[in-house]
Amino acid sequence: MNATLTGPTLAVLLIVAPLVLAIAAFLAPRFAGRFGFVNAALMPAAAAGLLAAVAESPLSYALGDWGAPLGIRLYADSLSGILLLATAVILACVTVHARGYFARSAIRSSFWPLVLFLHAALNGIFLSADVFNLYVALELLSLAAVALVALGNEAAAVAAAFRYLLASLVASLSYLLGVSLLYHGYGTLDLALLAEPGRHGAFPWAALALMTAGLAIKGALFPVHFWLPRAHAEAPAPVSALLSALVVKAPLYVLLRLWIGPFADVPQAVGELLGLLGCAAILWGSVQALRQERLKLLVAYSTVAQIGYLFLFFPLARATAVLDAVALFVLAHALAKAAMFLAAGNILACLGHDRIKELDRVAGRLPVSLAAFGVAGACLMGMPPSGNFVAKWLLVAAAFESGEWGWSLVVIAGSLLSAGYVFRVVGHAFTPEQAREGGAAISASMSVTPFLLALLALLLGLIAAPLVELVDSPLPGAATVVGR
Amino acid sequence: MSAPLLYALVGVALFCMALHWVIACADPLRRILAVNVMSSGVFLVLVALARRVPGPSPDPVPHAMVITGIVVAVSATALAIVLASRMRSGAAGR
Repeated sequence: MNATLTGPTLAVLLIVAPLVLAIAAFLAPRFAGRFGFVNAALMPAAAAGLLAAVAESPLSYALGDWGAPLGIRLYADSLSGILLLATAVILACVTVHARGYFARSAIRSSFWPLVLFLHAALNGIFLSADVFNLYVALELLSLAAVALVALGNEAAAVAAAFRYLLASLVASLSYLLGVSLLYHGYGTLDLALLAEPGRHGAFPWAALALMTAGLAIKGALFPVHFWLPRAHAEAPAPVSALLSALVVKAPLYVLLRLWIGPFADVPQAVGELLGLLGCAAILWGSVQALRQERLKLLVAYSTVAQIGYLFLFFPLARATAVLDAVALFVLAHALAKAAMFLAAGNILACLGHDRIKELDRVAGRLPVSLAAFGVAGACLMGMPPSGNFVAKWLLVAAAFESGEWGWSLVVIAGSLLSAGYVFRVVGHAFTPEQAREGGAAISASMSVTPFLLALLALLLGLIAAPLVELVDSPLPGAATVVGR
Repeated sequence: MSAPLLYALVGVALFCMALHWVIACADPLRRILAVNVMSSGVFLVLVALARRVPGPSPDPVPHAMVITGIVVAVSATALAIVLASRMRSGAAGR
């Protein structure tokens, strides 16, 4: 059996299995939850297998034996392997949580197919090596994500979903226009071929601007983050967790791939601009999070702030460890933010509201969920040994290395502000008000999953060194065609 | 100015005008239509620039991209219309 489970098989399985299960879940809604669980059990193993297969050298697989200029290539290196594994693990935890969360809800039959489509799209993005294929996968991701937000079903959720859909359609059309200009100039869609030095004519400025703008809208970078807070806050909690932890990271991953591939020799000023917007996102998002009255909106604005850190990659792109820092940050934030949203969902389900000022005695009623929220919050602040701590450390080190220490001030300011909003929630949760009984019961699996995710985020720092080594090793492979 | 370049510029102009309407318009249905005009603009650019190779027949790859793009645009429009009609029925119920 081991002989057949090679890298290419696993890569294809990672895309095809969730798609097939999604269609099955759509056709047989009665068994939809079971298909979700099959996916949750299968995917972490497949992703871990693929990561082991690509740890030594990246994988490049031409589907159906159609070569690169015409065919569509799958590509995986350790960076994509790590992201695939993180996606599978977080999705498995959310699957367990969602079973409890939607236990008595009519929307669960539509939740499962959509979440499986979402998983297929995410895996497709992490495995694509073709700018047009990335467009299709990003579009599938947005459509699944928008439909999942609309499952909130109240008027506010539907309005938020509509706004999210329009923003992401405008973003993908901007990206597609950039792709068409890029194809016009270079005659290929393949990421590796686009990055070949001999191909460069004039620098594709218009394509760079259009594609970056589109991906920044989808990734909710500061001035174009307007759609995110409502969409993430109005969605059901398991959906919010997936959106904040994984969906906003996918466009950023595409931007990273472009930046270390075709756009590698972009002038420094463009990176600085993205970095400045990232700084603005950190400060603006954190201040907005401090001002929110509702817990889920607070967590959503915290996502706006944390996305800002990821954009600090671009001004520091020439420093050595900065890609490690960003990869680690993506993982750490994904785990911590999924934990926070699931915990916030438990609080909302138990109390029937999520007004921060009235979180009286949550500490007594939902100790595990609150602990998960607190631990995840401590991770966001960058407390050692969390993954965020190591990631922020690497970012600050990269800023000093490139002689631009100003960026590190923003990193530290953002950590202080996140301490502010996390303590605000935890403080209200311990208020000794009169206990009010009632509200939905929270099952053990629902409380344990966020705690498990928070714990993973906290312990991520301990395995940071091998992870960083893994990300570092084969990265030049992003710019060269390997295999076949 | 060559004909393909003219068509491509018309496509860009459509894209920009429709972008204005997506942002400036309040009515959901008009915004959905504006997004569709935007995607038509992008498709026009793709088809026009397919004439990049000298020779009797145009480059087929952008045409394949347009077909995929149309499929995506149709499904996105369907989802947008469902959401818009749900917003309207929700507002009427209140």
